[in-house]
Amino acid sequence: MELSDSRHIAARPDIVWPAILDPEVLAACIPGCESLTGSVEAGYEAVVVQKVGPVSARFTGVVTLSDIIPGQSLTITGEGKGGAAGFAKGGAKVSLSPDGEGTLLTYEVKANVGGKLAQLGSRIIDGFTKKLADQFFENFAAKVGGPPPETDSEPEPETEEAPKKGWFGRLWGKKDAETAAETAEGGDA
Amino acid sequence: MPKDFEAKTTGIGAPMKRREDIRFLTGRGVYTDDIKLAGQTYAVIVRSQVAHGRIKAIRTEAAAAMEGVLAIFTGEDFKDVGGNPAGWLIKSRNGEPMREPKRPVLAHGKVRHVGDAYAAVIAETYEQGRAAAQQLADDTDIEELPAIIDMKAAAADATNRVHDEIPDNLCYDWGWIEDNRAAVEEVFARAPHVTTLELVNNRLIPNAMEPRASIGEYFPGTGDYKLTTTSQNPHLTRLLVAAFVLGIPENKLTVVAPDVGGGFGSKIYHYGEEALVLAAAKRLGRPVRWTAERSESFLSDAHGRDHVTKIELACEKDGTFLAFRTETFANVGAYLSNFATVTPTFLHGTLMAGPYKVPHVYVNVKTVFTNTAPVDAYRGAGRPEATFSLERVVDQMCRELGLDAFEVRRKNFLTPDMFPYTTPVGLVYDTGNYQATLDKVIEMADVAGFESRRAASAAKGLLRGLGLSTWIEACGIAPSHLVGILGARVGLYDAATVRVNATGNISIMVGAHSHGQGHETVFAQVAADRLGVPESSIEIVHGDTSKIPFGMGSYGSRSLAVCGVAMTKAIDKIIAKGKKIAAHMLEASEADITFEAGKFAVAGTDKAKTFGEIAFSAYVPHNYPLETLEPGLEETAFYDPANFTYPAGAYLCEAEVDPETGKVTIEAFHCADDFGNVMNPMIVEGQVHGGVGQGIGQALLESTTYDETGQLLTGSYMDYAMPRASDVPFYNVDYSCQTPCTHNPLGVKGCGEAGAIGSPPAVVNAVIDALHRGGHTHIKHIDMPVSPQRVWAAING
Repeated sequence: MELSDSRHIAARPDIVWPAILDPEVLAACIPGCESLTGSVEAGYEAVVVQKVGPVSARFTGVVTLSDIIPGQSLTITGEGKGGAAGFAKGGAKVSLSPDGEGTLLTYEVKANVGGKLAQLGSRIIDGFTKKLADQFFENFAAKVGGPPPETDSEPEPETEEAPKKGWFGRLWGKKDAETAAETAEGGDA
Repeated sequence: MPKDFEAKTTGIGAPMKRREDIRFLTGRGVYTDDIKLAGQTYAVIVRSQVAHGRIKAIRTEAAAAMEGVLAIFTGEDFKDVGGNPAGWLIKSRNGEPMREPKRPVLAHGKVRHVGDAYAAVIAETYEQGRAAAQQLADDTDIEELPAIIDMKAAAADATNRVHDEIPDNLCYDWGWIEDNRAAVEEVFARAPHVTTLELVNNRLIPNAMEPRASIGEYFPGTGDYKLTTTSQNPHLTRLLVAAFVLGIPENKLTVVAPDVGGGFGSKIYHYGEEALVLAAAKRLGRPVRWTAERSESFLSDAHGRDHVTKIELACEKDGTFLAFRTETFANVGAYLSNFATVTPTFLHGTLMAGPYKVPHVYVNVKTVFTNTAPVDAYRGAGRPEATFSLERVVDQMCRELGLDAFEVRRKNFLTPDMFPYTTPVGLVYDTGNYQATLDKVIEMADVAGFESRRAASAAKGLLRGLGLSTWIEACGIAPSHLVGILGARVGLYDAATVRVNATGNISIMVGAHSHGQGHETVFAQVAADRLGVPESSIEIVHGDTSKIPFGMGSYGSRSLAVCGVAMTKAIDKIIAKGKKIAAHMLEASEADITFEAGKFAVAGTDKAKTFGEIAFSAYVPHNYPLETLEPGLEETAFYDPANFTYPAGAYLCEAEVDPETGKVTIEAFHCADDFGNVMNPMIVEGQVHGGVGQGIGQALLESTTYDETGQLLTGSYMDYAMPRASDVPFYNVDYSCQTPCTHNPLGVKGCGEAGAIGSPPAVVNAVIDALHRGGHTHIKHIDMPVSPQRVWAAING
């Protein structure tokens, strides 16, 4: 699973950069994050609760930051063990560049899942990863730059699997996941 | 059902309803998981989540301290016992024996596929076991290693190894027949036409309705063990567990396979969980049970097929075959399952002449280890792969040369006067009539009317095609003298005991195991026919090593052709003994006693004794001449077949393709089979229906997908498409073309695998035919499963 996207943040790079290194900011922005402790140098320990299709899990894992070019770019790598649910690992290469009054944040995400997550959830993992990444960077943009103005259109999703922003898309996305969950539980009994 | 078969109501040839279905359909079957024992405990297996990894540490303390946990096992506990061996030694072209890594009860040192078992928890309840297994998984450190998934890449990679001691991940590089290779190459060099196809025979997950399950018991008073397990093959399991893995004396281990809900090959083999529950039962002094979750079945049952083949056909411009040549990569997975080495070789290469008089054939198979679940025999086992390659390349050749697919097959068929016929790949076909089944299927399918049906489809915007497959298999596995020469480490005879009880009813203990085939009905029919007694007085006992003399299990369409014959041999002995008893009772000479319709009579007189009177006398021998006549009426026979049996047939598939969506609909499927003599036509039809259904599943739906890291992406019924009723047509089945097997007294050949062997190429040929008739002549081949996505891409590619 690979995806890339970019997003405008209404804050200058010198504001954005320290935020991305701040565990409190990260904890607030990672969807489902229960805790995140550590430091840039030592890496972070994180606990994240997520539901991927039929599989719910509490992932515990480590997050490390590398390839740091201050003020410009870094790589975030994480590996989470979700017990019986399997595991997820991946990384994001993030770079910042001035964009008018604010910052253009560009990210390339790679993710892999294993165990039951792959066995039961592989069909929906692309959409799920995209959604998770979108949510994270949306949260981040809001926290650092304030909520986007009403007129600020969001970037178009690059892949067909990406969740649509309209109510119709959301409805279908939700319904798929629920159906899958029911089927999986039934099938596994 | 052909008319001739409808009239009979009893005995051989009658379409009798299956007696076992009453208990299956009313919920009264007793499967392994239905058996509850006092003091039972639960085993939960801890399986690898990565495809390839080095086990660094398994910290058992926390899991061991959890509520209800009784014991924890890891690979360490089994490192000094034996491995689960491969049943067949294959030699490479250079004469070297195959590479045979140890397959441990629980992985030790390394895990080699997602689902590889490396630890087990035994607990008071299943839930407690699961919780502790989870803890144990969390407390295990596995260093993930790069996964080896792609077969060809694996064989080319000298650094990344599934087994550290096997440098090129190659089990063997087999040539059949190696001495013929040069001659075949010469034919290709000067052949007027050569057709080449590259084919994938897709990996299948067996998906038996009943998941694997095992219960281990140990009786400290006697030192006896008992294993109740979902096996097609209880005696082989006993042999493997006793002699190879745990070192239990064979007479101290009973293996029982009660009602078993489908196997399709996957339950032939011994699995580590069986040894685990026995070892655990001994350690705890309590029964230990394990039942696979469906997810575990996907990950750890032996998968099937998974070949990548390049096949070439050399021929004259008129379609006369000159030679076949193949190069196949066969995926064996991470470990050698019991029949894994023979399936891509002797069950595949020896069938590469098909029903044809082709003078030259050369088969090369490279069998490769990968970080995927073990692959072994699955309904048809090697023969579907051979048939698919042959029937696809023949069809393609006809298209390239503008020849008629029916006529080309007819031209190349062996003719009935040519039997017995020695093929260039080492088999001797005893009998057959391939023209007859082809003629039959053409008649059944109303081929003459196809054009108008095609036009009707075209009027709806749909493309209609006709796909032919003329198949043969070698089954009735197998003559021990032959398989011994070819590297088998077992003999493949079978055995039966016929016990006539004092009250005249009969218990017949058979080595063949029924897990859906209907043996309890058919074996009783055959025995009743021979003995002239009603079927209802006969009980067929199977699946218990403590009751049955011996058996090599059910697979390879062998039950009736091998075990059924053993039973008839034992019945012959019963009749011979009955004649002795009758001679004594009737004060006549043994030579003058005749046996017919359940009566022993003195020839030419009205003096006779019924079967029941003879039986009673055998157990109440008040005035027997004990020096010459033993009491009792019980006989055992072992039967080792002289040759394989060779069922064959012609299948025609008529399919519609929607060019807008790529969806394939099977409109009709016609089967004309030659199974030799038919014992119960209703059961034969059921076997053909099931086999063709599985073949259609392979051809259109089923796809086992591992990602590049070795994760199984099709590990549930949401992702792995099984054929459903709406995916298959009403089958049109005929078995009236019969050339009885010449070397067994029943004249039977076997029908269990036929449908799965003959049908996939018929389906794919029909799709390609439809596309060509629709003008999409650039499409040479579409790999199975021929999904709407693939068809649409081919049309629009």
